Amino acid sequence: MRVNFQLNGDSVEVDVEPRMHLADCLRDVLRQTGTHLGCEHGVCGACTVIVDGDAVRACLMLAVQAEGSTVVTVEGLSTEAALTPLQTAFRKHHALQCGFCTPGMLTTAHALLTEEPDADADRIRSVLSGNLCRCTGYIGIVEAVLEARAAYRKAAPGAGKP
Amino acid sequence: MKPAPFDYQAPATLREATLLLAADPEATVIAGGQSLMPLLAFRLAAPSLLVDLRRVSGLGTIAIGDSGVRLGARVRWRDIEDDRRLVTAHPLLREAIGHVAHYQIRNRGTVGGSLAHADPAAELPGIAVTCDAEISLAGAAGTRTIPAGEFFTGPLSTLRRPDEIITELHLPPWSRDRRWAFREFAQRQGDFALAGIVLFYDEDQDGRARNAHVGVIGACNRPHRLIEVETLLNGHQVDDGLIRQAAATAAQAVDPPEDLHAGAAYRRGLVATLVERGLRAAAQKRGR
Amino acid sequence: MIGANRYIGSPVERIEDLRFLRGRGEFVGDLQREGMLHAAILRSPVAHGRIRGLDATAARAMAGVHAVITAAEIGAVPTIPLRLLPLPGSERFLQPVIAAERVRYVGEPIAVVLADSAALAEDGVGAIALDIEELPPVADRHVSGKHDILLFEETGTNLAMKFTATLGDADAAFRDAPYVRRESFQVQRHTALPMEPRGVLAEWDAAQGRMTVLGAAKVPFFNRDTLAAMLGLGPAEVDLIENDVGGGFGARGEFYPEDFLIPFAARHAGRPVRWIEDRREHLTAMNHARQADCEVEIACRRDGTILGLRGEVFVDLGAYVRTNGLIQPRTLAQFFSGPYRVPNIRITSTALLTNKTPSGTYRAPGRYEASFFCERLVELAAGDLGIDSAEMRRRNLIGAAEMPYKLARLEPGGPAVDTECDSGDYGETLERCLAEFGWAEKRELQGRLIEGRYHGIAVACFIEGSGAGPKETARLELEPDGTVAVYVGSAAVGQGLETVIAQIAADTLGMPLDQMRVLHGSTPYLQEGYGAFASRSTVLGGSAVFEGARALLEKIRAAAAARLGGSADEIELVDGRARTSDGSSVSFAELAADSLRVDAAFANNNKLTYSYGSAAAHVAVDPGTGRVELLDFLVVEDVGRIVNPLTLHGQAIGGIVQGLGGAFMENLVYDANGQLLAGNLADYLIPTAADFPTIRAIALENHPSPSNPLGVKGAGEGAIIPVGGLMANAVANALTSFGAMPNQLPLSPARVWQMASIEKSVGVP
Repeated sequence: MRVNFQLNGDSVEVDVEPRMHLADCLRDVLRQTGTHLGCEHGVCGACTVIVDGDAVRACLMLAVQAEGSTVVTVEGLSTEAALTPLQTAFRKHHALQCGFCTPGMLTTAHALLTEEPDADADRIRSVLSGNLCRCTGYIGIVEAVLEARAAYRKAAPGAGKP
Repeated sequence: MKPAPFDYQAPATLREATLLLAADPEATVIAGGQSLMPLLAFRLAAPSLLVDLRRVSGLGTIAIGDSGVRLGARVRWRDIEDDRRLVTAHPLLREAIGHVAHYQIRNRGTVGGSLAHADPAAELPGIAVTCDAEISLAGAAGTRTIPAGEFFTGPLSTLRRPDEIITELHLPPWSRDRRWAFREFAQRQGDFALAGIVLFYDEDQDGRARNAHVGVIGACNRPHRLIEVETLLNGHQVDDGLIRQAAATAAQAVDPPEDLHAGAAYRRGLVATLVERGLRAAAQKRGR
Repeated sequence: MIGANRYIGSPVERIEDLRFLRGRGEFVGDLQREGMLHAAILRSPVAHGRIRGLDATAARAMAGVHAVITAAEIGAVPTIPLRLLPLPGSERFLQPVIAAERVRYVGEPIAVVLADSAALAEDGVGAIALDIEELPPVADRHVSGKHDILLFEETGTNLAMKFTATLGDADAAFRDAPYVRRESFQVQRHTALPMEPRGVLAEWDAAQGRMTVLGAAKVPFFNRDTLAAMLGLGPAEVDLIENDVGGGFGARGEFYPEDFLIPFAARHAGRPVRWIEDRREHLTAMNHARQADCEVEIACRRDGTILGLRGEVFVDLGAYVRTNGLIQPRTLAQFFSGPYRVPNIRITSTALLTNKTPSGTYRAPGRYEASFFCERLVELAAGDLGIDSAEMRRRNLIGAAEMPYKLARLEPGGPAVDTECDSGDYGETLERCLAEFGWAEKRELQGRLIEGRYHGIAVACFIEGSGAGPKETARLELEPDGTVAVYVGSAAVGQGLETVIAQIAADTLGMPLDQMRVLHGSTPYLQEGYGAFASRSTVLGGSAVFEGARALLEKIRAAAAARLGGSADEIELVDGRARTSDGSSVSFAELAADSLRVDAAFANNNKLTYSYGSAAAHVAVDPGTGRVELLDFLVVEDVGRIVNPLTLHGQAIGGIVQGLGGAFMENLVYDANGQLLAGNLADYLIPTAADFPTIRAIALENHPSPSNPLGVKGAGEGAIIPVGGLMANAVANALTSFGAMPNQLPLSPARVWQMASIEKSVGVP
């Protein structure tokens, strides 16, 4: 089936089997491999992408369900020039080790802070409880997201969609 | 863990959707997919056709009025969270939904999906049953409404026929002065509840409980009300002694399953704890 | 000895982060090749059985399916050799790369399907008709120990290996001891669970007769040699390439059946083949770990001085002896006493085969288990003798003046029959830990009920023998653009290897960090390499790079002096040029034309170097639900020398959280038929960000290692070691009024609830 959607600001069209999930479509067909697969049953969060402003698990969505949507992946959260404030904070706080869960952490944190730039540590931990990490023990990740809030407060005085 | 192959349709109307289901008994509805996709990934389900409701309009509203709260089947957890009217219109629903799964799942999981999936540990079926809700369905032959208390027949099992699509959950109006609580216990945040209690009661002028509704999730094969506990509470002041009795009664009233996470004895213990804590909290808090 | 120390000791931000943060990591699942086929594996659905027949006709006929490979297509099926501790007798229980006639665990590979997509390959697997005669399963180590049902009939036994750790005369010590306590303990089966499942991408170049395998990790050189032998190729004809690796923790990177099956498939099909493990198969295919139970006793004087430890440990090894499967039972025995002075020891450790997924190493293998057993015993003894928990440790810790201190002798021991704690002051980390934790104040809370919860505190001490030998290799080359290519045989598994190695090279050379380019793991880089395990990369890899960098510095100076005149020791390296004291200089580009390169190695005679520390914890237990909240956790560890405090801290926190997962929630539960019940991530529970927010780690470098030029000790595994025992003791102390005996892990809510119930109930899982 043909599917059309927006990916990181570009229009894309793919032709995929109905059973292909969005994560596989992004990775194997569109070759955006930053979105990772850690479980394929909706638990680990490594596949988190942002669809129409909402953080979702790309392994729990069919590619065909992305028709007409706006999709943002970790690649779309980067610039060539410098690291974004969120990325900078992750690096500073050693919020990644093997890097496998990191894309999902970044998309989830970005979605959260865009809507809730004042999220406190409990809220951040609660939201990130849907993203598993086996390397870091999470402390650095939460510290990084807390620090990144400043940049999101400046960017959007009111709540908005990422 | 790729699903077995299936066809896919995204009809524009509810009618078309029911006709597609009626024409193919192996077809299945997909809405948010948060419960269905894992089943497909594990090949525990292998439908021939997925009928996606994403283009069907009219199923995504939350209507609040004199007849109570009506949740369209495609209403997401996220929508319930965002709707501030529910803080007063149905605080118990709102509290319970706060425990559902995780952030990403809440952006796609739906009311209809949860009711159709009928996990015995799921929050919304517990709310539906305890609050005397009604579930509306549309099928090839027409529409019907089933009381939630009858709808769930066992683990992952309901009265919904294969050609039927859930359209709405209707919760009766909520009394402002009601005493209520929702308590669940899961090993980690967002995990399925090992046990959960949904409760509310009203009070007469003398402070005695009446209209008690106490429901259980997780420590059972399907959500159900604990009639023995309700009978115990009705007509009495809910004091310390009664609370302890209610807790003990609740523990005996449930028939919990056993699995790798918890045995029956522990689940009974959890039910007792949750009833006790829920009733204590309800005794202190009225309305909101 | 070292240069300016601009980088070593600094919290340098990691080089590897730049690609990971952008989603530009290259994990094996991200790679594609022209004409690539996808593989899926048919795995045994039963725990123990005889394959009577396999019909792949329907599968082979499916559109998109290219081949189905079974033992028949392979012919002589190789078995997977032992990488560590190839002790006599163990060769009887090695795993064949594919099941031919017999299956011995749920998940054992039986066939490989090659297809145009992973989904089609999985469809193909589903279409294979398998006829297996089920045999009664050896469901646990008790059944195994009866030796009635045998996994390998021809051997007559299910006993894979028995180790004995001895010191002094345990029987005499126990005979005369004024106090003896005997208990049974259990640690559950659990697993490393890296976030990236495994994957292999193999390419066969028929014209050249070369096999290239991507997705290698941990020990690529050993695996290269093993694969080459299995394929009938020379080692020079096989390359194993290390891409980005999503966590290892000891489990990923060992040689598994798929590490042969996928390359074989590529050669068989004449096309590249990629296999990516899914999480469900991961839980039955990747090494399990840790399952052990014991009956042990401690003998003390009345003042708490430990006189002896004696007992029997049993390890549920699973169906085969894997490449490093004997490390856990072996280490459990030898390290049972941990950092404590125990003059008389006899611990046996018996590894028994069962019809479960085979087990291997997982972060501090055997040590986590031993610490749980020992710390529980020590705590019980302290309680019985009326001695404060901290004082009990203080009295029994090996003293700085006693170094080196010999641990129990282990037989059969392989290359490390004896080992000794080499250096350090164990009491120092204990005192620092107690002070920072606030032990004196928090002691008041012991066993108290506050706002409906019982509070408990505990302290534990640990040693970590790190830097397993025999050696590591490196090569450094000065490039024309002024950078230095640093090749090292160590493997990256997410621990920050690139950055740490770059720091060491840069400081030694006196050059900027961004001029270092670290290449690691892949076999084409070096003649030989040893890899990442037993926390050895900084110790051995770092030391090899250090030696290499020193040697390269000498060569650069000599070459510059030769061109510019003057003596080599007056040459300075500044801004990409080599300069004499009078200002004349020559660029690296010019020097590089002289082919300035150095091959280096560092060997340590298989002598471990010991980091050590203490940890303390404060918990609150809810008797109504069994939930344990960790209110505070602190570890203080001396690692000899800190190269990067940022990454070091990450290792400690990460290890602790893994340890907490093991202490409270992770459990590979099997039923009586050998079926794994925890077959997905909704049932196998690991910690999330919400579970343990209050963890602190302090690293010290007061006692450098005497056995390597950097003075470093390995720091990847220390912090996880005490976690199990610590949590159990804290819970025991919280529930002291119930007489609770948390002698089994995990301390699930159900188990804790039962301990806190006035009426004891039966049937708690």
